[in-house]
Amino acid sequence: MTDAFQPLMEVLQQVKGYIYPNEVELHWGLLIVVYPYITGLVAGAFILASLERVFNVREVQPTYRLSLLTALAFLIVAPLPLLAHLGHPTRSFEIFLTPNLHSAMAMFGFVYAWYLTVVLLLEIWFDYRKDAVVWARNERGLRWFLHRVFTLGANDLSPRSLEFDRRAGRLITLIGIPSAFLLHGYVGFIFGSVKANPWWSSVLIPVVFLFSAIVSGIALIMLLYILTSLVRRIEIDMACADKLASFLLYALIVDFSLEMLDFIQRLYEAEESIHILSQMIASRLFISLVVLQMLLGTLLPMIALALISPAFRGQGRALVQAPPELRRLVYFCSAILIQMGIFSTRWNVVIGGQLFSKSLRGLTVYKMELMGLEGFFMSALLLLLPFLLLYLLVVVLPPWPDKEVSLEAVNADLLSAGQTGQPD
Amino acid sequence: MKDPDSQDQRLPSPDGSLETPMDRRGFLARSLPVPLTLLTVLQGGQQEPDQPKPAEAAPYKASDHNYSMGIDPARCIGCGRCVEACKTENDVPREPFYFRTWIERYVVQTDGQTMVASPNGGIAGFPPITETGILRTFFVPKLCNQCAAPPCVQVCPVGATFTTPDGVVLVDEAYCIGCRYCIHACPYGARFLHPVSHTAEKCTFCYHRLVKGLIPACVEVCPTQARIFGDLNRRSSPLSRFMRMNQIQQLKAHLNTAPKVFYANLDGEVK
Amino acid sequence: MPQQIWRLSIVFGLLVLALALARLFLVPETFGRIGHYRAAAIDSIAARKIKYAGRRACALCHGEVVTNHAAHRHAGVSCEVCHGPAAAHVDAPAEVRLTAPKQRGYCPLCHGYDPSRPTGFPQIDPVAHNPLKPCVSCHNPHAPEPPRTPEHCGACHGQISRAKAVSPHATLECTQCHRTDKQHMISPAQRRPSIPASRAFCGQCHAPEAASPKDIPRVDMSTHGERYVCWQCHYPHFPELK
Repeated sequence: MTDAFQPLMEVLQQVKGYIYPNEVELHWGLLIVVYPYITGLVAGAFILASLERVFNVREVQPTYRLSLLTALAFLIVAPLPLLAHLGHPTRSFEIFLTPNLHSAMAMFGFVYAWYLTVVLLLEIWFDYRKDAVVWARNERGLRWFLHRVFTLGANDLSPRSLEFDRRAGRLITLIGIPSAFLLHGYVGFIFGSVKANPWWSSVLIPVVFLFSAIVSGIALIMLLYILTSLVRRIEIDMACADKLASFLLYALIVDFSLEMLDFIQRLYEAEESIHILSQMIASRLFISLVVLQMLLGTLLPMIALALISPAFRGQGRALVQAPPELRRLVYFCSAILIQMGIFSTRWNVVIGGQLFSKSLRGLTVYKMELMGLEGFFMSALLLLLPFLLLYLLVVVLPPWPDKEVSLEAVNADLLSAGQTGQPD
Repeated sequence: MKDPDSQDQRLPSPDGSLETPMDRRGFLARSLPVPLTLLTVLQGGQQEPDQPKPAEAAPYKASDHNYSMGIDPARCIGCGRCVEACKTENDVPREPFYFRTWIERYVVQTDGQTMVASPNGGIAGFPPITETGILRTFFVPKLCNQCAAPPCVQVCPVGATFTTPDGVVLVDEAYCIGCRYCIHACPYGARFLHPVSHTAEKCTFCYHRLVKGLIPACVEVCPTQARIFGDLNRRSSPLSRFMRMNQIQQLKAHLNTAPKVFYANLDGEVK
Repeated sequence: MPQQIWRLSIVFGLLVLALALARLFLVPETFGRIGHYRAAAIDSIAARKIKYAGRRACALCHGEVVTNHAAHRHAGVSCEVCHGPAAAHVDAPAEVRLTAPKQRGYCPLCHGYDPSRPTGFPQIDPVAHNPLKPCVSCHNPHAPEPPRTPEHCGACHGQISRAKAVSPHATLECTQCHRTDKQHMISPAQRRPSIPASRAFCGQCHAPEAASPKDIPRVDMSTHGERYVCWQCHYPHFPELK
């Protein structure tokens, strides 16, 4: 046997009980854990942005544009783990050409394309259009070129035009919320609709995926807001941070309840697969499920946030009063724990579903490689790449509230250029 | 040593129209006394005796057929010839991670535990049993069930796996993108990813043999006729008799995949 | 129409056009002809080379061997089980020769004793059965009936024989309870031994009034498990087994 099969031979030695001979090779590894994690962040960040636009939660306004850009950065990276995983990435366009309409996975191409173009790019376009027009006027070189291209030549800054921007943005956000649900919900459905696998096959999986996505998205924006404010030496708006923490806590409570519901119902029904699944949780998945996902990733942040944030009693009246610095620290640490917890959730679903045999008689192991396309370093790179992209986006389209072009500036610009609302 | 005695105490006497004695098909004909002609023996017994020779045959019309397989685990001796023949016929990689068909041995013990094993798919037989306190033990051949409602076809995002008009589920190696969703969707563990082509692969009922009027390699070499291949569209065939005379089970029937591999008197411990 | 709509329509129009063109040029020709798949795939799979020729092919040239083989106990065993895939040999009989496994290791793949094998299937202990001699020196593979008809039932019914040998029934001959025709050794499935039909059979030894040696345990046949036949509880080959 050649060296290429050595990892599989090692897996074979560590099989406990009986697995079907074809199950030695674990098919969906770290890359397929990263993909739902990334799309979850996209959906979550967008939902947070929509809170401001649609539900008029004024306090989180400072994070609005940051959320959109974060969603875009992660969405661009999202297909990369899939392409790296495919046996034939050069044939991946077949999903667009001949999608099998019965397959949840075939929807990927269209949901992704829809979300990227019609929802995210359009929303960013409508929101930044006036800024890009005004910025371009005082710039030179690459920045001027990028901003001009961005505007697509739509330079009309008349009040009617700006009003159209505002209403179109609102409409797109409205469409965007169910689209975000679809973007991440279909990933949950890909797993939830596999009747062959009792760990995956569940009505709750798409819902759990969605709420854990919202949790991770809000936590990410919280992290980014605190970090970018520190880097830019700007005072953190505590009303905004407190509001983010409140929404994070609400989402966390719902997410935890759903996961507990799934767990309790499985234990109660105790159908055929319960024996091997309990064995799997007690042995192979103990650390990642009980410790990382449940205790450290959900319960600990939930308790911390419940105590510190003003979620239940309103601004300034938390269960435990704490000064802003402590609150920021707790929010920051909670957000990190939550990221780890949600990543573990994805791990437990994807890897967990493959650690036991469909014969319900045995357990196998997942041997994570370090190098190679399916290796640890590749996934780490794919998780760092969105931050790099975000940096580039932030440079080209600054999301900071102080950089935003105000209506007065637009009017001043119109006057100085002698414009009366005529397009270029 | 010729078999001088062609009388059967308990079975209808064979028609004496031929000079050569009847074949008994081994020692296990207790439930399937199949009167055979020499011609049928030559053809492997699974074919319709009146099929024309290949050279004169009409062009193969897929929609005339609906292929299916019956398996009698009571006849299986776990010799692994089927696994070997399948790997040879279909160029399946020899490593112990890729099987289009395999044999499982079940050892049901008196303490209620059941041990299952399939060392290298059973390709070289099985090692001696080490368990004691055995209540029942037997072999079960497994393969792709060629389901009539295949979950693997349902989930393929691009249409690379499909059911042919003659009831065989195939994979288009040139179109598969290697996403492995079908491998997860199969409840029977029948699929694997080919390490060289990076596409999904599985038992094809030796489709390239079927269109030439032959039978799958595993059926061809089974020494005890534990596998019965046939066409569900034909009432007069060994498969039809198998379906009539035995209590038939399917694997994981509750999943409603409508498998087309039928097991006779399958033990409840088999998953 | 607002300026924004104009500009966006152009961009989206280009995207849709690109997708339409892609569908027109890139979807394989035979896709969708029969179902949602490339019909040409069936042809490429059907065109694969065969390795096993099938039973019919051997008879075309080796008629005598096949006829002889079909009259003996290995009739159900296809030629290619032992001689390997023969399609290449059929195409080029002189260039490609097949081999036959003559070493002891091959026959026990089927005939080595294994309790998971059906009872009555001819099995031997590969270590103890005529050690070191090649199987083919006594058994012609095309007519594998043993040179001497086995006298002892344990030759085929090893498990039963070994269980009985350590049981209180050890001194009983198999034929004491199973009336066996000599023909059973030659065509086992056609001439089955008899099995006892009633409780009275066991009563011949175990009834209180039976004329059998005194040390045989007695049981009141009218009350002991009177609704059942004895072997529903007592495994006759090892009656003490609980």
